[in-house]
Amino acid sequence: MQTSNPAIRLLAGERGTRVFVALLLTVGVAAPIMHLAFPEGSALHLSTYTMTLIGKYMTFALLAIAVDLVWGYCGILSLGHAAFFALGGYAMGMYLMRQIGTRGVYGDPVLPDFMVFLNWQELPWFWYGFDTFWFAALMVVIVPGLLAFTFGWLAFRSRVTGVYLSIITQALTYALMLAFFRNDMGFGGNNGLTDFKDILGASINAPGTRVTLFLASALALGLGYLACRYITLSRAGRVVQAIRDAESRTRFIGYRVESYKLWVFAFSAVLAGIAGALYVPQVGIINPSEFQPINSIEIVIWVAVGGRGTLYGAVAGAVLVNYAKTYFTAAIPELWLYALGTMFVIVTLFLPKGVVGLADRFGPRQPIARTVTA
Amino acid sequence: MNASTAVRNGWQKVFGAGARSARPMPGDTSHGTILYLEDISVSFDGFKALDALTLYIDAGELRCIIGPNGAGKTTMMDVITGKTRPDAGSAWFGQTTDLLTLSEPQIAEAGIGRKFQKPTVFEQHTVLENLELAVAGNKSIWATLGSALNRTQHERIEEVLETIRLQDRRGMRAGMLSHGQKQWLEIGMLLAQEPQLLLVDEPVAGMTPQEVERTAELLLSLAGKHSVVVVEHDMDFVRSIASKVTVLHEGRVLAEGAIDEVQNDPRVVEVYLGE
Repeated sequence: MQTSNPAIRLLAGERGTRVFVALLLTVGVAAPIMHLAFPEGSALHLSTYTMTLIGKYMTFALLAIAVDLVWGYCGILSLGHAAFFALGGYAMGMYLMRQIGTRGVYGDPVLPDFMVFLNWQELPWFWYGFDTFWFAALMVVIVPGLLAFTFGWLAFRSRVTGVYLSIITQALTYALMLAFFRNDMGFGGNNGLTDFKDILGASINAPGTRVTLFLASALALGLGYLACRYITLSRAGRVVQAIRDAESRTRFIGYRVESYKLWVFAFSAVLAGIAGALYVPQVGIINPSEFQPINSIEIVIWVAVGGRGTLYGAVAGAVLVNYAKTYFTAAIPELWLYALGTMFVIVTLFLPKGVVGLADRFGPRQPIARTVTA
Repeated sequence: MNASTAVRNGWQKVFGAGARSARPMPGDTSHGTILYLEDISVSFDGFKALDALTLYIDAGELRCIIGPNGAGKTTMMDVITGKTRPDAGSAWFGQTTDLLTLSEPQIAEAGIGRKFQKPTVFEQHTVLENLELAVAGNKSIWATLGSALNRTQHERIEEVLETIRLQDRRGMRAGMLSHGQKQWLEIGMLLAQEPQLLLVDEPVAGMTPQEVERTAELLLSLAGKHSVVVVEHDMDFVRSIASKVTVLHEGRVLAEGAIDEVQNDPRVVEVYLGE
């Protein structure tokens, strides 16, 4: 099915994307209906817990796409993407904290509880503006984007690549974790930000709000996917893949490799930040443990399990691994890390293209020749 | 470089904006010489890879560079393409372009293309995509993100496909090509960049006799329109293409001249065959 219409190629050019779009639409429509229209106890009722869980998976899927874009397509193995996710989450959390107002334990109209507890007299300057949603939304994008841009500027310009880059991304997220654990940083220390009440004037636990957050996650995932797919299909996308396969060669044919890497990395960080911002109101808490180095590694495992360099593979991996995690941590929590490790080893040894590679092998054949943008 | 130029260059590297104004001048060959290397010295941890090397290449010339291992052939290519900065000396592309002030992509943009010793095509991309990546044009991220290739670029690609005789392989993944075809594709990628000067590192290593012959034809057809510098060990191949040969030894020019002259030079014989 080859076509020259760009919109169709974007949506339906390959089987994996068609399946993804179809599934996302189905879930996006069915889940809210099953949650709202059917009474509790009905076989078709979807509980708040399950719907929130799916919403959470969707934010993870968006995060996985972000990592797939930099790792699967550009060859930058970032082991620090959880940091961008968490920063987006914190920006949203700060907005939600300021919506609590006098309903906090200490009833201070301006200061969040933890600041009153620390005997702070006034709001630190970096909390200004977070009482308005648009400002917080802007920060969700700007803070992770700017950090990634600065970090990438320094790292890529000095031609730090491969495992060295991975290690410094780990250091980045670790340093942020230590910083956010400190009470005097002003982000709630190890308790983080929680006890949220309202978002945009609506109670955060109301069914309507839950459904809206769910739909927002589905929308963000869909748009994020399409944006990444647009990039990977463009000529820039082929340059990015060329950088992955032969970086210095790409430089010699006249591309500013650093600049490409930098923009892809920063864009990916922005996606991660948005994912974090949607995650926080659904789970109701953000704390420094989100910055843990292991979290970033886990994201990479999602992408590897799903199949990197395909986008839809990243989505599949994020959902599968997190479903397994939900199951294991409830049923046999002590075995979860072993299960995760085993999964990673099996995929690395036997399924280099991940789960979607397996599906492709047994599915109907795709035409091998790829379309050429004319 | 003063501080404001440094900032401007950094800015352009990242944003690509204004890159056109910074686009390096193509080599000005009004004096008939395209490449001037003068007193170039490079040392790695005390080892002198190039020792006051001086070399000139004429516009439209096809020149072969030979020399035993460690003579500095690859280092010389690295200096010309900006991969290695020399400790001393000067390198000019035509009359006006100082290569030592330019980055690798800027040098490529100015009109120097390089083919590596090992064929390095983009194996996951098709033959056509490889040429699309290489073809001359605006290579900033915003240009490649937003627009398709224009008609001139498409024509250029078709022309190159014909020159390297890979028209019927255009949709094939480059990784599936034979060794010789990969070498040609890589030469084709160079041509698509429309360089004035081509640096070709060991183009016939590992080729069958027919492929060698075809490659000689290809390189000969390029001379005149482009200046071509070929580094090669295969003396028969050198004999079949070169008008002029330069012998490097221990980082300097040992002899220069027609192939027969050079092969009978006692110093060259000594270097190649020992005393």
